[in-house]
Amino acid sequence: MNSLQRIFAIIVKELRQLSRDRLTFGMIIGIPTLQLLLFGYAINMDVRHLSAGVADLSNTAASRQVIQDMAQTQVIDINYQAADVFELETLMRQGKIVVGVYIPADYERRLQQPERSAIQLLVDGSDTVVQGAAASIARSARTSPFTDRPPEMEMRTYYNPERRSPVNTVPGLIGVILTMTMTLFTAVAIVRERERGNLELLITTPVRSAELMLAKILPYVFIGLIQVSLVLVLGVLLFKVPLRGALIDVYWVSLAFIIANLAMGLVVSTIAQTQFQAMQMTFFFLLPSILLSGFMFPFDGMPKAAQWIAEILPMTHFMRLIRGVVLRGASLSELSNEMAILWGFIAVAMTIAVLRFNKRLD
Amino acid sequence: MTTVPEAGHSELAIRARGLTKDFGHVVAVNNLDLDVPRSRIYGFLGPNGSGKSTSIRMLCGLLTPTRGDIEVLGLEIPKQAEALRRKVGYMTQKFSLFEDLTISENLNFMANIYTLPRALFKTRIPESIERYELGRLLKQRAGTLSGGQKQRLALAAATLHQPELLFLDEPTSAVDPENRRAFWEGLFDLVDEGTTILVSTHYMDEAERCHSLAILDLGALVAAGSPDELSDRIDVTVLVVESPEPRKVSRFLDQQAFVHSTAQIGNTLRVMVDLDLPEPAGHTARITSEAGLPLDSCAKVRPSLEDVFVAATQSRKAARDQSA
Repeated sequence: MNSLQRIFAIIVKELRQLSRDRLTFGMIIGIPTLQLLLFGYAINMDVRHLSAGVADLSNTAASRQVIQDMAQTQVIDINYQAADVFELETLMRQGKIVVGVYIPADYERRLQQPERSAIQLLVDGSDTVVQGAAASIARSARTSPFTDRPPEMEMRTYYNPERRSPVNTVPGLIGVILTMTMTLFTAVAIVRERERGNLELLITTPVRSAELMLAKILPYVFIGLIQVSLVLVLGVLLFKVPLRGALIDVYWVSLAFIIANLAMGLVVSTIAQTQFQAMQMTFFFLLPSILLSGFMFPFDGMPKAAQWIAEILPMTHFMRLIRGVVLRGASLSELSNEMAILWGFIAVAMTIAVLRFNKRLD
Repeated sequence: MTTVPEAGHSELAIRARGLTKDFGHVVAVNNLDLDVPRSRIYGFLGPNGSGKSTSIRMLCGLLTPTRGDIEVLGLEIPKQAEALRRKVGYMTQKFSLFEDLTISENLNFMANIYTLPRALFKTRIPESIERYELGRLLKQRAGTLSGGQKQRLALAAATLHQPELLFLDEPTSAVDPENRRAFWEGLFDLVDEGTTILVSTHYMDEAERCHSLAILDLGALVAAGSPDELSDRIDVTVLVVESPEPRKVSRFLDQQAFVHSTAQIGNTLRVMVDLDLPEPAGHTARITSEAGLPLDSCAKVRPSLEDVFVAATQSRKAARDQSA
């Protein structure tokens, strides 16, 4: 009962201070919105007018029709006519085109031969957005009148054979945003009190360490859930991110991840002496989270050592959970392993935080 | 070193023996013995860096002593520090309430933190607001208050739960003299109600108001007792010398072996001389005149607390210089 009274008092105080701290308040809404718009538009931008070159060696009615169909999608602008595939490659190397359409001389005959592809699409793979766009051209070609046939178009990706779906990014972005804001907010919230001397006062009162930690975390759990909702709404509205799993599962997964990051923030706060140090340490945690979790680069492509480090980071597990729920429509029971690891991380981090914060100054 | 008379255990609010705190190679507090009687204002007097704050922090369980035993309100510290929290109030040197909360929000918060029963909220907080004259400022954020107002708020917050013992770490360092007087009146009211107060200061006028004092220098206790006792026990004789040319007289006296120190106050000099010097005033006047320096008067006076402080810290310095 006493404990509840103290915890509640700290929560009220925390929210009050937050509502008066315009910068932090702005960050709560600003960081998710800005990041989503930046990342979202950069990756999901309706790609149009990619510079393309065509080498039509067949030059028949059918080949001209295919080229015209492609041009009508507006995804590519056919700026160059090339004599052969080598000229297309040269144009690409020079950066004049990012997509090359190669139609061999025996195009019409190939159309009759299911085991051979009729058209080659040359794609500059150094840009994943281009890859995605080119893939969509290749797919649309399959739904041509020749649907009973194997793909008439073969796609060859240059420079980067690994293709990723940009839709992966928005659910992953929830992870980046939460790692950044949640860890930083808690770490700074406690370190600021230490800097201002509030903590010296608080620790001479009957408040217990665990109460203080809990009360510090709870307001930010709400804030984290608000951020998740914001990203989800914007992601669905602006970027048509599919939500294939249950909405409640998204929140369960996010809740565990929010608490994991808050716990991490508490650990940081028990080590950092100044707000600046807290910020440095947060970035030290944030960077591997972004780079190693599978958000930026495919997990399986990383070296073993990087994978081991990644397994420690909550973001890696969140990435698997959120992509599973949002994109693959998986249920939580299918992902219970990853969930268990997140809660394990929370238990360890909270224990460290409470033990390290021992209501002493030395 | 002097010790205050041994009192019965229950009469003591604080008892410390051999209290020591090392920070690496720096000894912040060195072998401190302390007996603070209940319902008294006990002062820690010392210059900055003399170990006042460190001692207070150890006494309320915020710092673990390197060595030594502490008993506060019958509790063993730091082992039973948690049990002590409810019985003590602590006012930090730096204002430590929440600057972005209003006065009433701060007071409500502290009342909740000390889990005051709801019924008491309605009486205790308004009483405190009236007592420390915060009524007009209730809606003002603490960060915008003046030094004196912050002090009153901090004291109000530290006493909401009516602690038996109050630790005040240099409470008036940012307060003007008028507010300081009012603040001390408030402290005496609290003592009247049975509260024990331990206050650290580097102001002599504040130290004079304490019932008893411990003078700290470089982490060690150099003298303890009531201001009067300390004046009586001082191991030098204090003379007041008046002269139209005080600088010259001062330079001359400083060279005399029997003179410990001289300090100029306006046109008069306060001179400390050996306690065993026979006829100190006469002797000093005579040799000054013989040296051809003008002299209006020379008289022995009762030592002030500042004299005690200077004498105590200087004799230690002399001892250190000798041993070095």
